[in-house]
Amino acid sequence: MIVLRAGRFSARVGRRALTVTVVLAVLAVALAFTGLARGATWSPPGEVLAALTGRGDQVLVITQWRLPRVVAALVFGAALALGGAVLQHLTRNPLGSPDVLGLDAGAYTGALLVLTVAGGSATHLTVAPLAGGVLTAAVVYLLSLRSGLDRMLLVVVGIATHAVLTAVNQWLVLRAELEVAMAAGSWSTGSLNGLDWADVRLPFLVIGVLAGLLAVLSGAMRQAGLGDELAVTTGVRLGRLRVLALLAGVGATATVTAICGPIVFVALAAPHIARRLARADGEALLPAALTGAVLLLGADLVAQSLFAPVALPVGVVTTAVGGAYLLWLLVKEVRRS
Amino acid sequence: MSGSSRGALLAGALVLLVAVAVVSMGFGAQAIAPGQVWQALVAPHGGVARETLLIVRDVRVPRMVLGVAVGAALAVAGALVQTTTRNPVAEPGILGVTAGASFAITLGTVLGLTGSQYSQLVAAVLGAAVASLAVQAVGRTSPLRLLLAGVALTFLLSGISLAMRLTMPDAFDRFRFWAVGSLAGREQLPQVVPLVVIAAALAGALLLARPLSALALGEDVARTLGARVTATKLGSLATVTVLAGAATAVAGPIAFVGLIVPHLARRLAGGTVGWLVAFSAVLGPVLVLVSDIGSRVLLATGEVPVAIVTAVLGGLVLIAVVRRPGVLVP
Repeated sequence: MIVLRAGRFSARVGRRALTVTVVLAVLAVALAFTGLARGATWSPPGEVLAALTGRGDQVLVITQWRLPRVVAALVFGAALALGGAVLQHLTRNPLGSPDVLGLDAGAYTGALLVLTVAGGSATHLTVAPLAGGVLTAAVVYLLSLRSGLDRMLLVVVGIATHAVLTAVNQWLVLRAELEVAMAAGSWSTGSLNGLDWADVRLPFLVIGVLAGLLAVLSGAMRQAGLGDELAVTTGVRLGRLRVLALLAGVGATATVTAICGPIVFVALAAPHIARRLARADGEALLPAALTGAVLLLGADLVAQSLFAPVALPVGVVTTAVGGAYLLWLLVKEVRRS
Repeated sequence: MSGSSRGALLAGALVLLVAVAVVSMGFGAQAIAPGQVWQALVAPHGGVARETLLIVRDVRVPRMVLGVAVGAALAVAGALVQTTTRNPVAEPGILGVTAGASFAITLGTVLGLTGSQYSQLVAAVLGAAVASLAVQAVGRTSPLRLLLAGVALTFLLSGISLAMRLTMPDAFDRFRFWAVGSLAGREQLPQVVPLVVIAAALAGALLLARPLSALALGEDVARTLGARVTATKLGSLATVTVLAGAATAVAGPIAFVGLIVPHLARRLAGGTVGWLVAFSAVLGPVLVLVSDIGSRVLLATGEVPVAIVTAVLGGLVLIAVVRRPGVLVP
């Protein structure tokens, strides 16, 4: 244990968690550098550094074209992972993440309704996905009640809801874009293609606020993870905590989904991987967020390079990898039992 | 319920199917009144405009036949797999079997192997077989784990399929339906081979009904009654694979028909497997044709793939089924 102090604030950090955090951060920076250098032709490292400080003749390409995408992958990956960690914590189920439960599909339904039916503005586009995600969460939760929350039922109800909403989303897309039916394939999987600074400014702000809220809540969440009775006796207001955490988690997911479409797998896997790496008991939010950032940026680099010059939507890669990951989890569980 | 009243019910279901089929042939870019459709079918030489006759005979009838075959195949496959595995949420779509078939065709197209109808059919059935073996191996007997394994495999395969399709858009321009199941635009392709295979497999399913009824009493009881347990199970799973594979080869992956229909059919059929198969074979086409009408109503100018409609209906039925006590935890 290492204790960090700054004035009246102090934090106890496990040595392993600290090492993992640092390693993940270094990995994220290395991937970001690769993402900035990668293009039709690779830019030499010196050129990338020069461009970042505003010098050289690649400034436009690197800071205006490649940088927004790289930063977006990092921030959105972290946001998805936070959403996953919070929802897995609330449902106490390793499969209870927004992508499995259909919350991101619901958020996307909200976004699509605003875009195609209401012809909405940017403000609508922040509110509608959140409303869609929260509404879906409420429906899935209510349908999974059976003398208390049935955690196995929750997963199946979530999967079914995901199937229904994905179908509705496909219909909304087809309705809107008859002439580009081929594009419908990539519309229904998340993509980071074509993002620039103007697209990501507002989402970054929202995600920043939500991440701050979660950082404040993380202490209470850790206590709640020890059991309801214990949490209540140590002064945690469980009802308020759950509502706030749910809103923040769904909000982070919905914000990313509104911009990129549904990107599965990061929310499911990042918290698992972070927990194993950090060997933490509860939800280690910071390692989870960093893992999510590394996963999404890594997946996006793979998606761009795999069949270059065709840039696949990142959702294609995460869908395939996510399916394989889920199968692996199941095989491992079968072996154990 | 006695056999004769079940027979009457089945006859009623058949009448419903005919009515739905006639109505479904009236929908489309050119609306045709059911009376006109009927006339075009029974008296093609009198009183019907030549244009109407051509539309009905060359476009609407093939599509209707396709819907009937696909609906019957998927519904009976669902009934068989639910009976054999005694798992109320088992279904070719949920178990990843249709995803396997559609992936195999996509892969075959990329490799340039599935040019002909035969090779597509073989690829689809092989893909279905491999996928169902994989899901059974991972899922074993737990309904929840089977479902998760099917979902995971579907995710994995659909991700890879989508990557291949986006990379080679030209190769897949004609075959978009292998990604999302649909009956549209398949009218002009001759579908005789898959249809014959589906008919043969449906006959096989009826033959399997008696031994499966014995199996439904439990494996030990079935053995005492003289049923060949392993042979029956293998035969049933092989039939399911052929049915699901052939249906996917002609219409692309359509999920949930095999879940919804057997649950409805079981109410009418009681506990008998033979009646269950018969009712499923009639009600499956009804569901697919109604969904296909829905797909044409939902989007007036273009057409929504029928799989989108069945996914919405099927997701709701899945929730209703798993909410029953004792389904997830045996």
